[in-house]
Amino acid sequence: MATQTTGVRSTGPNEHGYRRFQLGEFTFSRDEYFVHVAWPTGSHIMSADAFLRALQRDVAWGFFYGIVNFDGVIGTVNHYGTVDLFAGRYNDAYRKAELDHVENFPSPLILESFQAILDDWTNAGFDPFASPHETGGAFGPKAGENRRATTRRRVTARRMVGVPGDEPLRSDESGFPINRQFVDVPQDEPEIVAEPGFEGQVSAFNLFAYLSRSDVTWNPSIVSVCQDSLYCPTTEEYILPVIHGNDRVEWFVQLSDEIHWAVEDRDTGAVRARVVMKPGDVCAMPADIRHQGYAPKRAMLLVWENASPDLPQLIASGKVPTNPVEF
Amino acid sequence: MTTYTTRFGSLQRYEKGGVEVINDDAKNYTFSNMFEVASMAKPYEKVAVGKNMEYVLEVLRAEGTSGWRAAAHDEFALVMDGEVEIRLRKLADPAVVPAGTRGSVSLNGTPDGQPMGRVRARRGHMTLLPVGAAYQFHADRPGVILLQTVAGADTQFRWAEICQTM
Ligand SMILES: [Fe+2]
Repeated sequence: MATQTTGVRSTGPNEHGYRRFQLGEFTFSRDEYFVHVAWPTGSHIMSADAFLRALQRDVAWGFFYGIVNFDGVIGTVNHYGTVDLFAGRYNDAYRKAELDHVENFPSPLILESFQAILDDWTNAGFDPFASPHETGGAFGPKAGENRRATTRRRVTARRMVGVPGDEPLRSDESGFPINRQFVDVPQDEPEIVAEPGFEGQVSAFNLFAYLSRSDVTWNPSIVSVCQDSLYCPTTEEYILPVIHGNDRVEWFVQLSDEIHWAVEDRDTGAVRARVVMKPGDVCAMPADIRHQGYAPKRAMLLVWENASPDLPQLIASGKVPTNPVEF
Repeated sequence: MTTYTTRFGSLQRYEKGGVEVINDDAKNYTFSNMFEVASMAKPYEKVAVGKNMEYVLEVLRAEGTSGWRAAAHDEFALVMDGEVEIRLRKLADPAVVPAGTRGSVSLNGTPDGQPMGRVRARRGHMTLLPVGAAYQFHADRPGVILLQTVAGADTQFRWAEICQTM
C-alpha cells in the first residue's frame, strides 16, 4: 500500500520479509527480533515489540502532547503542524558527545511514514495496543498483518460519551466485552429520569463500566470536554510503552488500582522522583519532566489535559511556570 | 482461572500513595488524595485538587442537599463514592449566569425554570451538568464527587493542607 503514496520511501522486503524505510536521513529496518535505526552520526537497536508498541501510540495519538520517547534515545517532538524526529536529543551523553540528530518533518509526512512502518512490521498475531498477556508476539519473520488492531479509531468525545450523537457506550454487542481483569467492576448504569420535553438532554453514563470494556492499554481517549479541559481516561497494564516528555503540566487521577511512575528530567533523563498512585490519589506531572508508568494489575487512570494550543509557547518562554501551582 | 480484584477508594477506605523524591521538590507534584480531602471538607465545599491554568478539578463532599448552582459552560460530575441524586432545572433566565463567567455561581433559592429531570449516580457514574441548566446535589449518606470545571469564585485552594510537601 504505502509504496504507492508519494511521501513514504521504502525498499522491498529483506530476507526476513520486512521493508526498510527512509525518513530524511533516518533509516528504519527490522529483523526477526529487533528494529535498527540509523542516522548520519549513529545507530540504535530496539526490541521489535517495544518499538511497535511505542510507534503505535505515536501514530494513534497524532504525536500527542510534547515528546514521545520510544526509549532513552529515539523519539518525536510534536510542534503541532510539524514533528521533530530525534536520536539522542534528550540524552545527556549523546548531547555531550554531539552525536544527537534531529530532523523536522511536516506532520502528514512523518505520520504517513510511521503508519507504513507500523503496517508492514506488525504481524498477524501481534496487537501493539494490548497488554503482553493478551497478544501474541511481535517476533519472527513477517507473517501477515493486523490492520484491525493498528488502525483502531481513537475515542474523542466532543461533549461527553453517551450524549446523543456523540461517542457511543461500549457493550458486548458492539464488540467490547469486559476485560478479564475488570470482571468485578459493576456494570449498572445511572438511573436517568428526563421530564417531558427534555428527553435526550439529561445525560449520564457509567465511566468505570465503560473503561472496564476498553480493549487497549495506555491509550488516553477523550470522554468529556469542558472548553480546553479534556478528560482522557485510559486503562493501564504492564509498562507505558513510551516515556512521555511534557510540554505542559499534565494531571493524573488514579481511579482504580495502582500505578508506579518513574519521573526523569525531560531534557537529560536524570532521575527526579518516583510516584506511587493509589485509588483517589491526584498528582501533577510538571511541564519539565518525562514519565513512564508501571501497572501491576490493569488499572483505570484519568489523564487530565489542558489542550490549549498556547501552552507550549507560554511554558517554553517562561511566561508560565513548569510546576502546576505555587504554594 | 485467576480472579482479579479491582480496588477503588472510598471515604471509609482509602490508602494514599506518594512521591518518593530523588532529586526534586515534592510540591512540584501537588500530590493529594480526594477521599482524604473530602473527609476533611464541609458538605459541598469546592476544593481544588487539580489546576491547569483556568481549569480545575474540584472535590465535593456530597452530604445532604446542596444549593442550586449554574455555570456558563458545561461541567461534569463524576461520583467517586456513595450515591448522589443530581437534579437539573432549565434556567428560565440564563442571564442569572452572565456569559463568560468562569466556573459556577451560587443561585438564590430554587431558580425559575422547568425541571429537566434527575440522575441517580453511583460510583463511576459521570453526569453532564449542561450549560443553560441549574443543578442541585442530594446525598443521603456522605459521598464524593469529582467535578470537571473552570475555577470560579467559590473554588477553594488549600494546597498546603492537602498536598504532600516533603
Ligand atoms: Fe503523560
